[in-house]
Amino acid sequence: MQQHTISLLVENKFGVQARIANLFSGKGYNMDSICVAETENPELSRMTIVTTGDDMVIEQIIKQLNRLINVLKVVDLTFEDHINRELALIKINCTATTRSSIIQIADIFQAKIVDISPKTLTIEVTGGHSKVQACINMLQPFGIKEMARTGIVALRREYTGRSPDWSSSKIPA
Amino acid sequence: MQTVKEKEKEKKMVAEPNIFTKQRLTGSEILVRSLIEEGVEHVFGYPGGVVIPVFDKLYNLSRPKIVLCRHEQGAQHMADGYARASGKVGVCLVTSGPAATNLVTGIATSFMDSIPVVHLTGQVGTTAIGNDAFQEVDIIGITRPITKHSYLVRDVNEITRTIKEAFYIARTGRPGPVLVDLPKDVLLSETEFHYPETVNIPGYKPTENGHIQQIRKAAEVMATAKRPVLYVGGGAIASNAAGELNELAHKTNIPVTTTLLGLGAFPENDPLSLGMLGMHGTWYSNMAVNECDLLIAVGSRFDDRVTGKVDAFAPKAKFIHIDIDPASISKNIKVDYPIVGSCRSVLKDLLPLVQTSDTHDWLEMIGHWKQTHPLKYKKSEKIKPQYVIEAIHEVCGDDTILSSDVGQHQMWLALHYKFIKPRTNVTSGGLGTMGFGFPAAIGAALASPGRKVVAVVGDGGFQMTAQEISTAVGQRLEIIVAIINNGFLGMVRQWQELFFGKRYSHTCLEYTNPDFVKLVEAYGAVGMRVERHDEVVPVLQKAMQVKNLPVFIDFRVDRHENVFPMIPPGKMATDIIE
Repeated sequence: MQQHTISLLVENKFGVQARIANLFSGKGYNMDSICVAETENPELSRMTIVTTGDDMVIEQIIKQLNRLINVLKVVDLTFEDHINRELALIKINCTATTRSSIIQIADIFQAKIVDISPKTLTIEVTGGHSKVQACINMLQPFGIKEMARTGIVALRREYTGRSPDWSSSKIPA
Repeated sequence: MQTVKEKEKEKKMVAEPNIFTKQRLTGSEILVRSLIEEGVEHVFGYPGGVVIPVFDKLYNLSRPKIVLCRHEQGAQHMADGYARASGKVGVCLVTSGPAATNLVTGIATSFMDSIPVVHLTGQVGTTAIGNDAFQEVDIIGITRPITKHSYLVRDVNEITRTIKEAFYIARTGRPGPVLVDLPKDVLLSETEFHYPETVNIPGYKPTENGHIQQIRKAAEVMATAKRPVLYVGGGAIASNAAGELNELAHKTNIPVTTTLLGLGAFPENDPLSLGMLGMHGTWYSNMAVNECDLLIAVGSRFDDRVTGKVDAFAPKAKFIHIDIDPASISKNIKVDYPIVGSCRSVLKDLLPLVQTSDTHDWLEMIGHWKQTHPLKYKKSEKIKPQYVIEAIHEVCGDDTILSSDVGQHQMWLALHYKFIKPRTNVTSGGLGTMGFGFPAAIGAALASPGRKVVAVVGDGGFQMTAQEISTAVGQRLEIIVAIINNGFLGMVRQWQELFFGKRYSHTCLEYTNPDFVKLVEAYGAVGMRVERHDEVVPVLQKAMQVKNLPVFIDFRVDRHENVFPMIPPGKMATDIIE
């Protein structure tokens, strides 16, 4: 069982999200997160789905998604070079004494303070899934009052012309 | 002198401008014109609130002709039977709300068996949608998992394109049901009529032709196989590949087994035919699959009623899988040589590449199995249902279209009737819909004028859609409905006998069944009853002579007969009970 990030290009019509959600629930596939919005072309939307399953299940998910008439393109980004990001808004309980420690943690994660009140701080953090999770873990002890996460959005990294495994090739130290 | 009828007709024509000459048309008129453009001849339907304007436009037309059913489920099964028998797209037209929900069982039936049917449902006005209006239901939402695609038409200008796409999607690729939901105000507003000549659906490009390299590989594997078997499903019939299949089997000397929906794709009187495989398949077909070293799946989908225990299915075999739907491939069983494409096109490309393989020993082994483990049943004084099936074939001939319901009689028909031609077998396989057989026969009969249609049904299933007797009488159809009456929900009773300690919980219908002869006579149809073995053939012959009316024959068969062979659920081929 592995987590996969699947990117879809779909027609920007009403009911399309419902069709995809229906497919996942009807066939019993896991949906860890789903994220969708219009693309540069207003007739199309890009959808990023994070799902978990063995190879045969993932193969079925991709084939079943392709079968939907409103779906134009399905790419499994998991084994491709890609960027993925998630945004979380986290409202944390704070007091005058804990406030500075919270701000310090936020700084480490390059997170922003987007709202403040006498008893709370709201932090906006962006990054890969594990970074966001690490930030949340650090803030947990202060007491998270409310939280909203977007789920993963992802795009394939543009091919740079270098050998795909350049990181392991002989780069002068 | 004009008759009163003609005068009335003329008056109507004057009162209503012709939909073929008017500049601007209403949504209803556009819908009707679009159906004519698609060459629709029959629309199975039931009028109601929001679709009255559409029925009004169809009132004077001879084509498309409305076939008035007595329940929307009946209309759907008729359209389905029509599509199965003819290969054309079946069409249903019903109103909103309860009418639309009445279609649901039928839509699921068509979806499971990949049958092209376009459903036109009325909907409340666009401004009323979501307000819990009278007879409002979210039929798009309800049918989303059981349609190939669906449309809610929100603008009168979208009707023509939507209808064009709906028919295209229904009949191409892996065929399937499509639903078009038409709000009341859209049916009433006006625009000009322009029917598109082509469709452009960017997200829908089915692969018709198989990849030639894959086909070459398949041909190579077939040449070296010692014990190959062709395993043929409904896809071979949907793509009209019976001719190519026959040629391939004979060129390569590979024996053929079919699924329930594949029956008719290969003539069962051919020495290479193994009949049906699976839970109630023949002994020798299941053994052949168990022993084969290469299984060539043609338009079949490794359904659990075929495979039984998946790990033990064809344990010695490599798999070639030809299917137009990529999602069918490696869904249940990992396939070695997948070929995506229509069966007909792939078999055509495969034919020149294959060689005559040396299957002599293999065919001899199978021939021996056929002799030692033939299909059989005990002959007795009582009417054996298997005998009724044989008699139907004998009396009605190879060209007859057989529709069946679901249960024991369906399996007896599949096993003991020798299907020779494609599209002569109309049955609900995937969903197993009781009540399907009789209305489907009505649709099949309307699709095939001049051909005999026989529905084989059980006493249980028949009562689920028996109201359609009115439709059959109204259409003056000369169909024969053979009610295999054992007074039980036979297949459930069989399972209770074998797996539930003979506790026949709620499966006995005998004491509450109606007198079927009187019942159909009340509708104005012809009823006959057969209680003795020697009456079976004469009564069938008599039924064949009846003109302009459907005949229903109540066959009082042996109540305790079971369907064998049988592979118990979840077991493997070698666990077969004869």
